[in-house]
Amino acid sequence: MGQLNVKDKDIAIPGEVLATGMDYLPSGGTFRERDDVISTQVGLVSVSGRIIKVIPLSGKYMPKKGDTILGEVVNIGFNGWTIDLGGPYLALLSLKDASSDYIDRRADLAQYYSFGDKVAAMIVNVSKSKMIDLSMKGLGLKKLKGGKIIEVTPSKVPRIIGRAGSMISMVKEMTGCKIIVGQNGKIWVSGNQPEEEAKATEAIMMIEDNSHTDGLTDKIKEFLEKK
Amino acid sequence: MAYTKRLDGRKFDEPREIEAKVGVIKRADGSAMFRIGKTLAVAAVYGPRNLYPKFMQNPEKGILRCNYDMFSFSVPERKRPGPTRRSQEISLVTQGALLPALNLEEYPNAVVDVFVEIIQADSGTRCAGICAASMALADAGIPMKDLVASISVGKVGDKIVVDLNKEEEDYEGGSTDIPVAVMPRNNEITLLQLDGDITSDEIKEALNQAKKACQQIYKIQRDALKEKYGGMKNE
Repeated sequence: MGQLNVKDKDIAIPGEVLATGMDYLPSGGTFRERDDVISTQVGLVSVSGRIIKVIPLSGKYMPKKGDTILGEVVNIGFNGWTIDLGGPYLALLSLKDASSDYIDRRADLAQYYSFGDKVAAMIVNVSKSKMIDLSMKGLGLKKLKGGKIIEVTPSKVPRIIGRAGSMISMVKEMTGCKIIVGQNGKIWVSGNQPEEEAKATEAIMMIEDNSHTDGLTDKIKEFLEKK
Repeated sequence: MAYTKRLDGRKFDEPREIEAKVGVIKRADGSAMFRIGKTLAVAAVYGPRNLYPKFMQNPEKGILRCNYDMFSFSVPERKRPGPTRRSQEISLVTQGALLPALNLEEYPNAVVDVFVEIIQADSGTRCAGICAASMALADAGIPMKDLVASISVGKVGDKIVVDLNKEEEDYEGGSTDIPVAVMPRNNEITLLQLDGDITSDEIKEALNQAKKACQQIYKIQRDALKEKYGGMKNE
């Protein structure tokens, strides 16, 4: 019978032996060495049945297929745009995936997205050597005009979105802002008034700082009502 | 000449007072401070990030780049700023000591930069630097098989001692300094340097003591990391 050395929601550090025995299975952020399941990262332990996983608390964004991300145009080529996602790798947005509108091959691509423009896009493919292909065909994928972008730790994005989007839709409703959350930890906030934007920003920062506490949705609701 | 009592009154297998803190540099992706006695090292980690010049990129895995340096005021006689032959060598051995603990397969073509700065030097600076760097790497969220703990052991006069200070290193009865870095989970040695005279029996004894001391250091590193991230949980 295996032995579990940690509890759910404990903090793990690299090299920590989380469990011993073949009864436990290593998942994300862990590996097996002989009988032991060992953490590779600083993070929160999550034990569900036999599966042990460590959710990282820090680190850069690693691109994943299907993620919606916010990026900045850093280069324009013959065939598309290069987008910076904030991680170690640049992504490519090719001409044919750049818009649901028709873009002529001979057109000046800077007309559509120019240097420094912020875009919301989706990752369609990540190769083994971390070549990232983006697409902007899809609901809500567009060039971001106005508003501002705030940055949070990528591992906290799920908490900001909330279960089935509950957290973020509450912030949207109560501040009247338009918000797009990128999985890479970049969040676009645009409101009619600067005060609204400031309020939404403050709420998101609060979620980031208190991301491990229980009953966070109620706390944020209270905070937004008071303001 | 017999060395019967240590110059600063420690036991022979007792390291100096240790203090560790994670997250000391705000703009770095990961950072840590490590103090052992009067030696104080600060490490900052940036990355994984794009690596240029491009010919240095490795498409199979990410690379680690370490840079060790001492501040001008870290030693009694002002050190001329900038890289030296000594600092280049220590950068290289630091890299060698940390690399076995890292898992960089996930970051092809990228680089992880580690900067170690010695703010105050009183012997054992490379060991303090390695300890700080390994905590900073964990803080930056780089996947690691284990932390790395490091300490110097050696022979002062005729005695095997742990964690030599500057006075002991300069002991007139002769002294030998052996910096050791260990991955504490398996007691795997990742750094071993030796300059001086020592017998093979003595070196075995010294290494055993180094491993024991590294377990103590590991506990302090672990607590420092848990303190930073545990605080986030309980707030």
